[in-house]
Amino acid sequence: MNATVLATENLSIGYAPRRGPRRVIAAGLNLTLHAGEVACLLGPNGVGKSTLLRTLVGMQPPLAGRVFLDGADLATLSVREIARRLSVVLTERIEAGHLTAYALVALGRHPHTDWTGRLTPRDEEMVRWALDAVDAVCLSARLVHELSDGERQRVMVARALAQEPLVMALDEPTAFLDLPRRVEMMRLLRRLARETDRAMLLSTHDLDLALRAADTLWLLAPGGVMHVGAPEDLVLGGAFEATFAGDGITFDRYQGHFHIHPPARRRVALIGDGLVGAWTARALERAGCVVVAANEPALLRVVIGGDDRRPCWEVRANGATLQRVGSLREVVALVQGDHL
Amino acid sequence: MAKTIPPTIESTVTASPWPRPGLRPLALAGMLGCMALAFLLSLSFGSVQIPLEQVLTILLGGQPDRATWTTIVYDFRLPKALTAALAGAALGVSGLQMQTLFRNPLADPFVLGVSSGASLGVALVVLSVGVANTTLLTVAGLPGNMSLAAAASVGAGAVLILALALAQRVQSSVTLLLLGLMIGYLASAVVSLLLYFSIAERIQAYVAWSFGSFGGVTWTQMRVLVPTIGFGLLLALALTKALNALLLGEAYARSMGVDIRQARIGIIASSAMLAGSVTAFCGPIAFLGIAIPHLCRALLRSADHRVLVPACALVGATAALIADLVAQAPGTNVVLPLNAVTALIGAPTVVWVILRRGVGRGTFGV
Repeated sequence: MNATVLATENLSIGYAPRRGPRRVIAAGLNLTLHAGEVACLLGPNGVGKSTLLRTLVGMQPPLAGRVFLDGADLATLSVREIARRLSVVLTERIEAGHLTAYALVALGRHPHTDWTGRLTPRDEEMVRWALDAVDAVCLSARLVHELSDGERQRVMVARALAQEPLVMALDEPTAFLDLPRRVEMMRLLRRLARETDRAMLLSTHDLDLALRAADTLWLLAPGGVMHVGAPEDLVLGGAFEATFAGDGITFDRYQGHFHIHPPARRRVALIGDGLVGAWTARALERAGCVVVAANEPALLRVVIGGDDRRPCWEVRANGATLQRVGSLREVVALVQGDHL
Repeated sequence: MAKTIPPTIESTVTASPWPRPGLRPLALAGMLGCMALAFLLSLSFGSVQIPLEQVLTILLGGQPDRATWTTIVYDFRLPKALTAALAGAALGVSGLQMQTLFRNPLADPFVLGVSSGASLGVALVVLSVGVANTTLLTVAGLPGNMSLAAAASVGAGAVLILALALAQRVQSSVTLLLLGLMIGYLASAVVSLLLYFSIAERIQAYVAWSFGSFGGVTWTQMRVLVPTIGFGLLLALALTKALNALLLGEAYARSMGVDIRQARIGIIASSAMLAGSVTAFCGPIAFLGIAIPHLCRALLRSADHRVLVPACALVGATAALIADLVAQAPGTNVVLPLNAVTALIGAPTVVWVILRRGVGRGTFGV
């Protein structure tokens, strides 16, 4: 195992308002993060992910316990000393005009430059390396407010890299990105963790992606219970399912993803298979039906006809053909209708 | 295959070198040149016109064609031009600092209530005569002009100390901005009350002060004004690194090793010192503080405070000199209100630059 770069010792997180009782979100946390490791912090909304992340990066004091960064107690380090070991990517939008991507990444050298902020050749080299590492060299002359969300997020990662930290903490780095960009971002973070031997800690709502990309999951369940482990272990142990359990959502342990549907009402037998069959089943599930095999008893039967290019559907009720339709939209309307 | 990169892409990458966030020495030198020219012009023009080469002769210690010109230049125009240059520089830099600290394009040097404090000080001195029949200044035994500045300094200083004390306690800059506004309203309310109970001549004296003027500063007062503004500008230069980090917001600045509380106090101290001393000696000069930073960002297309701070000082000084020149209405004995002139010429200029350069969107996401 690689060296531990971030660790907590009996950490309690939460808020201690000047008036009123303390609000403890989670207590007794003993977490470790190693060099080259990608850890994803997951949990339902409002469970305290951001509070934990803010406490770990020193933006908020812990209620009890300690955070160790590179072996040193976070509370004893100055902001500058922390900045040389830890950098962040926040969800906050950058609202500065006339700032090029290059200048933005160069700001990451802040904890390493002298009081004037002058960039030495080594600083410039680091900035260029960071831009290259996130594949954003072509963006360097562009203005930050003109970048797309995906491009800007890559540049923000480059800025955090240019800070030469041991640990990078990223708060929902895949938010606002479309699916290909999210996958790209996760792949980038994994690659950077491996190649540069940095630890990446990211909070995310992308369960699917986290399951595939993280080395370790930090699963913060309601009530401040923390499950830590390899993604697969947490799925097999049921912790993953328990944390995100809720009405109308079930976790498919085989596929590793969640199904969203209202409580099932009608049994529908599906006759037909292949690509059209798979998507028909999905449409029926969305419509609140339980899809059963062709040989099982059911009031409703959906028969797929035509070919893959021009499929058509026949909906039968009690053995009689109800209607023949050319789109799944109409199928859904039929099976949901009360005229049956 | 990905192996063979098309030569066009390769060549464009090598042809466009890395953008250099440099210090733009040429642009700054140009601005310095403009300021020097405006300075000389403001020495030359006035109710009496003195030719430029005569002005240079006087400045270099030579004998001009007419002996009175030496007196005019040294006793009237030089202190006035110096005051204008210093005040313009101070307001430009102070406005820049406030806009960056509060990440608000509408912030100006007076958002923390410094000018309201100064106004209150002056109002107390000028308007209190109605009550006691002797002004507070005659009680203090000070000559009229000097005591106006003293009263304004006390008012601005009190607000500065209040703002600094609040900056120590308050977590968020937005709260600070709100508190500054409230201080401003409070001071204005007291001034309104004083105005209501005062006599007409006194009110006129107060209104005249509120028009703003660079003309009232004597060489003696310069001994206070020059070091205060000089120190404020130096402090602003020393804070450029923190200001640059603050472009990304306080959370990012902190994560990059900036001690936010310390930086905030430094910035407020510098900004209030600059704005406060200008208001004390020249009255509440509106407009320059809010407009000059936008003008500089648009002209330089840069967000780097290492360039913007000197640029705002130079452009601010130039703008103040030109505004003063116009307010003199050269060749006549009329002196227009300075505040009216700055906005009358300045507002269309800034609108034109901002629209032409299409920069409105970029600044602070507006």
